[in-house]
Amino acid sequence: MPEKLSEEQVRHVAKLCRLTVSDAEVEHFREQLAAILEYIDKLSALDVDGVEPMAHALDVTNALRPDEPSAGMAIVDVLANAPQKSPPFFQVPKVLGEGGNA
Amino acid sequence: MAWNPTQTTLVNLRNAIAASQTTSVQIVQQYLDRIERYNPQLNAFTQIFADQALQRAQRIDTGDLAGPLAGIPIAIKDNMCTPYGRTTCSSRILENFAAPYTATAVEKLEAAGAIVLGKTNLDEFAMGSSTEHSAFGTTRNPWSTDHVPGGSSGGSAVAVAADLAPGALGSDTGGSIRQPAALCGVVGLKPTYGRVSRYGLVAFASSLDQIGPFAHTVGDVALLLEVLCGPDPLDSTSVDAPAGPFHANLDQPVDGLRLGLPNQYLSDANHPSVAGAIDEAVEVFRGLGAQIVEVDLPHTEYGIATYYIVATAEASSNLARYDGVRYGRRADDTADMIDLYCRSRSQGFGDEVKRRIMLGTYALSSGYYDAYYLRALKVRRLIKQDFDGAFEKFDAILCPTSTGPAFKIGEKTSNPLAMYLNDIYTATANLAGIPGISIPAGHTKSHNGDPKLPVSIQFLGPLFGEARLLRIARMYEAATNHHLARPELAQAD
Repeated sequence: MPEKLSEEQVRHVAKLCRLTVSDAEVEHFREQLAAILEYIDKLSALDVDGVEPMAHALDVTNALRPDEPSAGMAIVDVLANAPQKSPPFFQVPKVLGEGGNA
Repeated sequence: MAWNPTQTTLVNLRNAIAASQTTSVQIVQQYLDRIERYNPQLNAFTQIFADQALQRAQRIDTGDLAGPLAGIPIAIKDNMCTPYGRTTCSSRILENFAAPYTATAVEKLEAAGAIVLGKTNLDEFAMGSSTEHSAFGTTRNPWSTDHVPGGSSGGSAVAVAADLAPGALGSDTGGSIRQPAALCGVVGLKPTYGRVSRYGLVAFASSLDQIGPFAHTVGDVALLLEVLCGPDPLDSTSVDAPAGPFHANLDQPVDGLRLGLPNQYLSDANHPSVAGAIDEAVEVFRGLGAQIVEVDLPHTEYGIATYYIVATAEASSNLARYDGVRYGRRADDTADMIDLYCRSRSQGFGDEVKRRIMLGTYALSSGYYDAYYLRALKVRRLIKQDFDGAFEKFDAILCPTSTGPAFKIGEKTSNPLAMYLNDIYTATANLAGIPGISIPAGHTKSHNGDPKLPVSIQFLGPLFGEARLLRIARMYEAATNHHLARPELAQAD
């Protein structure tokens, strides 16, 4: 399995999951995550060839229901917790043009 | 007639209200008084709905509301949506979140006549084994306030242990009901995956999460399970399995009972009190005519490694929704969308949640998916096959819930791996989806200034085997009466 976890990898992962980490946090998390990953490496000792992966405890797939229209949540309720809103919309910083690098 | 909360059960209270020996208002008021007196030192509840609870109790007493739990006060872990109060998951990011809908489990309790007293503290987003990772302070063990209550449902376990509520709801993803129940000396049940609807339970790891009850007795949790279980069109993973009866046949012992004792759970790493509790349980069951045979669950030692890949991978996906856009905390003065996401999340989440999101993101990331996530899913299959084999020969597995009694506050917070290893005897049940129950099994000896702390044992059963599992647990409870012990709480001024 993997080489020792680097600071660069920690920064990369933080970016992937949209977390801002300070330099001090990078080292803090690197050390802790490296210890956890080292422990998890014990899985590599097992022979899992031919074992079917198990994503779910019960053998249930594609639970379907009749496609019947029903009322959704009222917009006022949907927006009730919004940090910033401009009904009937959620409001966010500018996405396009200047300042938008999303 | 007044009922002393420290000397009764939920079922007895229910019967007393139904027989007009007392009123729901009296019962609710007694628990509210105890909350007011003891919650400041324990921090079990983070929200209390006193007025609303009393109003509902009045309606019960005037006959407006009926049901199998009519008039019974209940505590709810604060990761289940309620249409009143806040649903915070003990996180800054949801500090002000008012849920626009109700969790099915809460709805079912209320439809049965139960009264929600308040919401209880947890490790942020249910990620932890000590309730120390809460944005609203640590919950304290009523047996010794220097010790943790376990977690993540520590607030619910303490609410019941300290008789601030006769029953409570928790959620169990890797042991978060059973381990705090064990450390606080109460009964905690994790039902089979799919038994109880997860609708309105804030998701941590969707293939592992399951809601379940806490109470002082096996009979009380059996009654609560009967109310909670059942299929729900709003949760496609909920299952239409026979809903008991769990409570009615409880005192009927299991004939020809065969219990498996897993070698892998009896390590030298266990605290002597844990080994002692297992020895005592073996004696008790032999005395009741049960056969007890050692069993191998060879993949047990891979349980934690597997769990912390599967659970964190699912969590990293589930917690992507906290982006500061539609609800939850939003950082001020953000330059653009990416900045808004990153800063809202970084300000809103605590360290443990960040650690798990990062671990899960890493395990799912390009180049590591096969080595970590896919491999963990395969080992998960092997762990389930261990249990399948055991349940061909045994009615249930008897084992410890935790390696030791409650540890001291602060003892493990700087070492996440040591904290994760707390879940070693509980997480495999979540991976396999099977039910498990933790019940009180005595106490450590108090000496050299060490306080007397609860010790517990666990029974694991096959998928949807709760009815038999509860009867087995009841056999032990009836023979030992360990469940009657109560902590001595410091008198508040």
